[in-house]
Amino acid sequence: MSNIAKTFNELRSSGRKGFIPFVTAGDPDLPTSLSIILKLAELGADVIELGVPFSDPMADGPTIQRSSQRSLEGGTTLQDVLDLAKNFRSRSTVPLVLFSYLNPVLRFGVERFGQEVQKAGIDGVLFTDVIEDEAAALSKSFAEYEIDLISLIAPTTTDERLGTICATARGFIYAVSRAGVTGAQASTSDAAEALVDRSRKFTDLPIAVGFGISTSEQISDVWRYADAAIVGSAIVAAIEKQPQNAVAAVDSFVRTLLPPFANGGLET
Amino acid sequence: MNYEPNEQGYWGEYGGRFVPETLVAPLDELTTGYLAIRDDPDFQAEFHDLLINYVGRPSPLYFAKRLTETLGGAKIYLKREDLNHTGAHKINNCIGQILLARRMGKKRIIAETGAGQHGVATATVCALFGLECVVYMGTEDMRRQELNVFRMRLLGAEVRGVDSGSRTLKDAINEALRDWVTNVDTTYYLLGSALGPHPYPLMVRDFQSVIGREAREQILEKEERLPDVLVACVGGGSNSIGLFHPFLNDNVRMIGVEAGGRSSELGEHAARFMDGGSVGVLQGTKSYLLQNDDGQIALTHSVSAGLDYASIGPEHAFLHDADRVEYVSCSDTEALAGFKTLSETEGIIPALESSHAVAHAIKIAPDLGKDSIMIVNLSGRGDKDINTIMEIGSN
Repeated sequence: MSNIAKTFNELRSSGRKGFIPFVTAGDPDLPTSLSIILKLAELGADVIELGVPFSDPMADGPTIQRSSQRSLEGGTTLQDVLDLAKNFRSRSTVPLVLFSYLNPVLRFGVERFGQEVQKAGIDGVLFTDVIEDEAAALSKSFAEYEIDLISLIAPTTTDERLGTICATARGFIYAVSRAGVTGAQASTSDAAEALVDRSRKFTDLPIAVGFGISTSEQISDVWRYADAAIVGSAIVAAIEKQPQNAVAAVDSFVRTLLPPFANGGLET
Repeated sequence: MNYEPNEQGYWGEYGGRFVPETLVAPLDELTTGYLAIRDDPDFQAEFHDLLINYVGRPSPLYFAKRLTETLGGAKIYLKREDLNHTGAHKINNCIGQILLARRMGKKRIIAETGAGQHGVATATVCALFGLECVVYMGTEDMRRQELNVFRMRLLGAEVRGVDSGSRTLKDAINEALRDWVTNVDTTYYLLGSALGPHPYPLMVRDFQSVIGREAREQILEKEERLPDVLVACVGGGSNSIGLFHPFLNDNVRMIGVEAGGRSSELGEHAARFMDGGSVGVLQGTKSYLLQNDDGQIALTHSVSAGLDYASIGPEHAFLHDADRVEYVSCSDTEALAGFKTLSETEGIIPALESSHAVAHAIKIAPDLGKDSIMIVNLSGRGDKDINTIMEIGSN
């Protein structure tokens, strides 16, 4: 059983829901990134999503765009991100999912990437711009390296596609809460709940909801109907505000998300 | 040979759909909508009526006598897309797509633009049909194509400046995609070149193929034979694929001219088939692109905003690998010389994009026999570039 599956099984059997933070690797710099994700693990993250910076992040809103740009300006490469993951893995068992656009991985070489991801102890990979139709080849070579290729679903995904996507999905399913790019929103849409409900017909895999989640109220709401809540841009924004003091900034922001953890959520 | 993509929108290994999941349903809807009108006589009649009565087609195939005599080689014909309404070939595709958007019941139109020609053409067809129009444009391009920004606003469009990356076409496309993914229910993305996810490369090529179909008929009428060489500039690749496509199964040599920019160093040009270009995925499609060793998209440079793009339409990538089309590049300096020569010998001021094609024609025509025939696609007129030319002249 994969590390991700194990984590969600444990959550389920203890009646808890998951918290999945996202940060861009190399923002504000690589050593600080390592401290940030170690802090997130310490705070009780169930899975950590690590963003690979890309020059043209078309699915991301301004916050993650700027974060990617800062990371690239600092010279972060895909190899650096893999090394960062490896460092993290030597100190923590929390599952790691790489979040990337396809091109840097194509350039790196899909086979080589698979090997390196496995070596680094990364548990899953998610591509923003690879849909199920294009994923077959990747999925095959990643399965060989025991890496879960995480599938995305969206409110616009038809039932027919949900069936196909869920049939081959591994690890957990990432449900995009609304049509749009990444970024904090005042409220989560009803679309997310409807999407999760529709997907349950097709899969028993855990479903995590992301895009636009930035408060403890929103997390509590997602936890009503889904298995985990993903928080990205809001954490990245905290880093952006205090790059010199990023670990503390993340610490204090994530603690504002903590009340729901206390309500039968995460125990740290 | 068959030059159609497969059902997933692949020409060989190029094309496809590399998009966020949210866009799959709208792209499916678009594909279904497009395939339904592709061979529909009512749609085609409406499309062609507008091309004739609104755009002013067919565009002339003009024998450039003085240019030909000056160069002393091949007979040079110019396909005068610059004489279309709005001043470039871009309007052909916009007419086709706006009719499709109307049939799909979309009320809000978004577009990206580089040189501003596609933005102007989109703003124009939106005015024609009373639809809301938002155009994304890099702020660097807004600066160098100020006149077109003003034209779009006059036509009632909202122009949104994009400040990320190199602030050019690529960044405008990213922003348009972000808008589309956010407003999928109401919005039609009117993409302006033969790129992006399936079905855009196919659809744009089909709508632009009117250029090649006309040129073929016109040259047969004038010369009673097919041409020897076709020359067109290639940014995303819509004017060139439009000219080339109807000739692909003929024994006709075809040359696509990329922007050689200031030098062959990565970042200083926009020639995807030069060293530094390699296969990758950008903005929904798999093709050749300019990238660094870590798979980050490279900055590009060209004196012409319309050619200043890091990737190229997937059908071109296929035609390149199949050795069906030759791809070369012309530098900024050569393009500017072509601009000047055509202006002075024929009284035709070409767009800086088209000047790349003119420049290459000037380069090779003297070595071709006087019996040979060349068609150069004059994809747009140069009025929009006067400021750039003045700036360069004063430096």
